Amino acid sequence: MRWLRRNIIGIIAILVLVYLFVPIAVVAVLSFNQPEGKYNTSWNEFSVAAWQNICGVPGVCSSFALSIQIGLIATAVATIFGTMIAFALVRYRFRGRDTTNLLIFLPMATPEVVLGSSLLALFLNLTFPLGFWTVTIAHIMFIISFVVVAVKARLQGMDPRLEEASRDLYASPRATFRHVTFPLVLPGILGAALLGFALSFDDFIITFFNAGTLVTFPVYIWGAAQRGIPVQVYALATLVFFVALVLVVSVQLVNARRRRRLEASVAAQ
Amino acid sequence: MPAIVPTTSASTDAPVTSHRRRSRTAYLLLIPGLGWLGIFFVIPIVTLFFTSLQAPVEGRSGVYQAAFQISNYGEAISEYWPQFVRSFTYSSIATILALIIAYPLAYFIAFKAGRWRALMLVLVVAPFFASFLLRTYAWRTILSDEGFITSSLNALHLLPDDRILNTSIAVILGLTYNFLPFMILPLYASLEKIDPRLIEAANDLYARPFTGFRKVVWPLSLPGVVAGTLLTFIPASGDFINAKLLGSPGDSMVGTAIQVNFLQFRDYPIASALSFILMAIILVVVFIYIRRAGTEDLV
Repeated sequence: MRWLRRNIIGIIAILVLVYLFVPIAVVAVLSFNQPEGKYNTSWNEFSVAAWQNICGVPGVCSSFALSIQIGLIATAVATIFGTMIAFALVRYRFRGRDTTNLLIFLPMATPEVVLGSSLLALFLNLTFPLGFWTVTIAHIMFIISFVVVAVKARLQGMDPRLEEASRDLYASPRATFRHVTFPLVLPGILGAALLGFALSFDDFIITFFNAGTLVTFPVYIWGAAQRGIPVQVYALATLVFFVALVLVVSVQLVNARRRRRLEASVAAQ
Repeated sequence: MPAIVPTTSASTDAPVTSHRRRSRTAYLLLIPGLGWLGIFFVIPIVTLFFTSLQAPVEGRSGVYQAAFQISNYGEAISEYWPQFVRSFTYSSIATILALIIAYPLAYFIAFKAGRWRALMLVLVVAPFFASFLLRTYAWRTILSDEGFITSSLNALHLLPDDRILNTSIAVILGLTYNFLPFMILPLYASLEKIDPRLIEAANDLYARPFTGFRKVVWPLSLPGVVAGTLLTFIPASGDFINAKLLGSPGDSMVGTAIQVNFLQFRDYPIASALSFILMAIILVVVFIYIRRAGTEDLV
């Protein structure tokens, strides 16, 4: 009983983590299912058919590739624009700072239906054809704010003495930026890019409004939900999940090791 | 973090000319991103407002012309007020549930996780790597009528309709689940800043654990509570995915109405009016909430 009382928070914490993963486990398990009818929602029989023929259903892999393509373009543009804004906000004094902050905050405080539908209203009034570019434009728009917040946090958390030291050692502003500032901020920028890609790749609501007849991976799933989602979609989603998880965990491990080695060398001196 | 303290002293005492040049660099850095937001966020919102006032062109369905038809708003509200009520009820309940579920985990990561902290944070965001739609759809399996949860609750006669799936309970559970990481992360961020010695001090002064929590930890974590509840409430009230995949047609939300009017009925003025009302309500709620909570520096 005393043990329970002392560890109660830990137990709840682990239960909540488990809760977060229950639906993902269901998706992974159902990717090995041979569904009885057209709906893959209850367990029937073990099968690896979907994994062996992951592109077997028309539309699955093409929509998947399309989502990756849009994700890469949108992330690249939004990361560059967002990083520039973050630098301006942290490193420069200028008039209009409050307006800038508000303009960054508002898209995040606006529900996706409003972002998606307002952009559609614009494209409709301009009779701009919906498709690849309207979706990409929309993704860039809603990712920028997240990039700004992530990179800004990294810039503010940086030790200013490192740059001062560089200047004291007569490094030109450009050299300081290239050899000190940029390498230090890079992990933050990469993290922001990863977040941006995840947001773009998985976005449904904003995409749905501006896609026209374009079918991204989430749009495909939405359409398929009515008539039964193919098992291949479960397999692809499981694959994406594990690849991303392994990627992020190994980046974490490498960072932790680098930090330990750095601390050890500082301690040795 | 309202005022961004310049990390260098260069800008404060630099001569005027260099100062002017520096702020010109700042504007050059800002132009592409803010320009994009101006064209594809601000202008669309303005367009949305004008579209919401348009009137149909006689004899041509789905075609509208510029007008000043404020009655669109009355029509939107009188036809869809139940959806508004439902959206804000569902999202409020989901936000409160998410806060209750997220707090212990955020607390544990901030104070007790030790060397597991980084890994646990990765696990909190990891659900984002799995498709949102598919995760939501997976709840159909978990909550199905023959499933373990529904049948055990039914054995205890706890369910009003003898089922969870296709009821508002399922929609609320889905909303709670989907936005949970948005609650956990800001909570963690503000809990992590609390000096653990403050909690020790409360213990040393013979505060009971709950009193210590109520008087020390909770007030200091309020910025995280405000940010987390907003980041859950805002997307939840605009959502139509959970209502569609987990609820019955009677559980439709404002998001559903906006989507159906825009993309199926092509009644753009009504759809725009609905969208504009939703945005206005949320902005008002956000600003009142932030003001009352006394933390205006969320960004």
